[in-house]
Amino acid sequence: MEKIKEPYNQIIAGVGGQGNILASALAGIAATKAGFNVVVGETYGASQRGGSVMSHVRLSREKTYGPLVPSGQADLIVAFEPLEALRVASKYANASTVIIVNPAPVYPVSVALKEASYPEIEDILKGLKSLAGDVFTVNATSIAREVATPKVQNIVMINAMSHYRGQPVQRSYYNDALEEFLQGAGLEQKEANKKAFLTYLELEQYN
Amino acid sequence: MISLNNPGSKVIMSGNEAMARGALEAGVDFCTSYPGSPTVEVAESLFRLDPKYNVYGEWSVNEMVALEAAAAASFAGLRALCVMKQNGLAVTSDFLLSLNHPGTRGGLVIVVGDDPGAHSSINEVDSRHFARHAEVPLLEPADVSEARDMMAWAFELSEKLETYVILRVVTRVCHARGNLVLNEIPEKPQKNVQVEPWDRFLCIAPMHGMVHSRQAQARQTYEESLFNSYTGPDEAESVIVASGPAVLYAREAMELLNLDSKVGLLKLGTTWPLPHNWILERLQKTSNIVFFEETDPFLEQNITSVLAQFGSKTYNFFGQASGHISGEAGPGLGELNTDLAVRGLAKIFDLPDPTSLPETGQLKDILKVSIPEREMALCPGCPHRSSFWAIKSALELDGRKGFVLGDIGCYTLGASKSGFWLLRSVMCMGSGVGLANGFGQLYRFSMDQPVLAVMGDSTFFHACLPALVNGIYNRADFIAVILDNSITAMTGFQPHPGVGVKATGEEVKPLSIEKVTESIGLKTVVADPHKLDETIPVLYDLLQEKGPRVLILRKECALKAAKKELKTYRVISDLCAGDSCGCNNFCSSTFACQAISIGTDSKAVIDDVLCTGCGACVLLCPREAIEEVTKEEVSSSGKN
Repeated sequence: MEKIKEPYNQIIAGVGGQGNILASALAGIAATKAGFNVVVGETYGASQRGGSVMSHVRLSREKTYGPLVPSGQADLIVAFEPLEALRVASKYANASTVIIVNPAPVYPVSVALKEASYPEIEDILKGLKSLAGDVFTVNATSIAREVATPKVQNIVMINAMSHYRGQPVQRSYYNDALEEFLQGAGLEQKEANKKAFLTYLELEQYN
Repeated sequence: MISLNNPGSKVIMSGNEAMARGALEAGVDFCTSYPGSPTVEVAESLFRLDPKYNVYGEWSVNEMVALEAAAAASFAGLRALCVMKQNGLAVTSDFLLSLNHPGTRGGLVIVVGDDPGAHSSINEVDSRHFARHAEVPLLEPADVSEARDMMAWAFELSEKLETYVILRVVTRVCHARGNLVLNEIPEKPQKNVQVEPWDRFLCIAPMHGMVHSRQAQARQTYEESLFNSYTGPDEAESVIVASGPAVLYAREAMELLNLDSKVGLLKLGTTWPLPHNWILERLQKTSNIVFFEETDPFLEQNITSVLAQFGSKTYNFFGQASGHISGEAGPGLGELNTDLAVRGLAKIFDLPDPTSLPETGQLKDILKVSIPEREMALCPGCPHRSSFWAIKSALELDGRKGFVLGDIGCYTLGASKSGFWLLRSVMCMGSGVGLANGFGQLYRFSMDQPVLAVMGDSTFFHACLPALVNGIYNRADFIAVILDNSITAMTGFQPHPGVGVKATGEEVKPLSIEKVTESIGLKTVVADPHKLDETIPVLYDLLQEKGPRVLILRKECALKAAKKELKTYRVISDLCAGDSCGCNNFCSSTFACQAISIGTDSKAVIDDVLCTGCGACVLLCPREAIEEVTKEEVSSSGKN
């Protein structure tokens, strides 16, 4: 295996209800299968839905790290929502951080209440570009809707993550992890998740 | 998942699952719990085991009963586990401080989940003080694998010392996932237990000496414990003393600052009683000691006291007291992390801080607006939102400035935006109706405001019954509003006595909340919160009466309901007048439902992914511009 940064820090970010925890669990299983020492730190509050959710997935060949990535030390950010990409990038990104983002917004309640406004997506992407290195967009919500249901947006993003060549876990391990995860699931759920993982994706680079 | 019997294989588990695994590897027989984040899945993982493992499991009505039941199993010689969150340990405290007197027989381990930063709690609590208070052994794991190891060992320790052991875990251990190498799950022999005629379990003052001597014995055992370690140079001038995940933060910060070759790290896993001799020996050659722990300065105060009493030299201490080690908001406030460790150590060792954040000023220029926070909010379709709207409306119709006391559950958000800032108190479980007993007597002092107290269905059984009995006995004037969503929703849908299912899935006769309240003499009315047009007048009428009375607002949790077939709603674009309506986008901006947003034409749009089909907005829209989409239309429009 090629040499990777030690530790390799991944952050999966989204909004409560988007399946963030399941995605980070999959990333953790996949990296364990690939032989890494893995620690995953989850940050979510009491709210079942609507709050920011962030999972730090840290991979090491040598040791066990703490569950939180230090600021400015993310290598890969996978975001299910653009505002969350920006929130995480503004704390954890550096000039060589790679960001894969689903540009479909989920509005905070403060926006509905007209107490805050949601930035333009183009401005968010510009912001990400100014904070990090390569930024890729994946229309995961619409892809998920096309292949199965919008709920499997998270698996479309895991699909995208596993396709990104710069991350150190081979795609086959994600596939194995998903298989393991779906063992007890119903047929419909299995089909939906597999379609979301196997559907062909193009990562669009934002310039 | 936790029962994979494949010793030697490396797996990944959450901290909570790892603790359940540790209990299983130790041959646990009996597990009780009241669900509380961050430790919910410790008990839940054991409850989901195949019956062949023969682990009795129950969601108890509250933590006090949970601990009493677990203690009984221990008295009978079984290995018992009791799981709770920080606030739950306080609930048990009367029993906790009695149980240390007779002690225990079968291993009894209490898992307490502390929540530094209060991610899913109303407050921050450092439960380690309870171990010192009760003079019982305490263990504090740093990571997932150690959580399993400590759990397995805690049963042995409890049996050796004949007292219970507290395993104190924080959110960053419980909700982390990490690797561990599985040990064997032993075959458990069939256990036949009896209470013998000579068995006595008494808390009496003469047993106090036994409490002290068990603590002394625990200290002796801890002197040899491998959960404590020292890494670093042999005669380091400076040593960091840490426990819990703070150990990992300190270690990474030392690496980032290139301090690891100069500074030592003393990791403590057995944090009460402290292994005095081991600590004294390790710190003998040291001059500077840095304490790094969450949340209170527990080690800092107790170790400085040990060094002052038994040490032979003077030290420079750095930590919360000196102000060097601090959470974001100040010493002893919030979580620690590697950044904070770097910041603290850089100050102490006079080094430049290598962590620097990007220029946020520059980002603001690009974005033109700042990044809006995502405040916690009730879910779309949550019956509590409708309940709070009904209460707010009825109180305004009544006009006597009635007020609402809160309690612990999802509906604690009634103190925030999506509950219209309605709640005037939020404290511990059961405290809303407890306070109502006092406010409900103040009419004697000419207070003429109606008093309401809300509580959830699980909270009703947990801690509200004595206060309701008190209300009927002393004729307090209040309305207890039971927000019955028929599950313990906030912690992830655990059943309770009103649900009709036990922790392990076995069906039982549900306990009817209205039968309980009516049987103690409380007038009880039941209504559907989403049917606002009916519920508001029902509550208004109830407000005109006197004495203690009960309104049950019953509707299944929207997240549970969403797993079934949903109704679909849409906005009739021709009828929604948008900005020219005068309603100020009532459905989204006042009713605060996240499933409704305002489109560029200022008209409301319902998000079909988020909407759970509660239909409350249909009743609220002044122009009747929201309608149900028929099943035929839904199926003909396809999955879009």
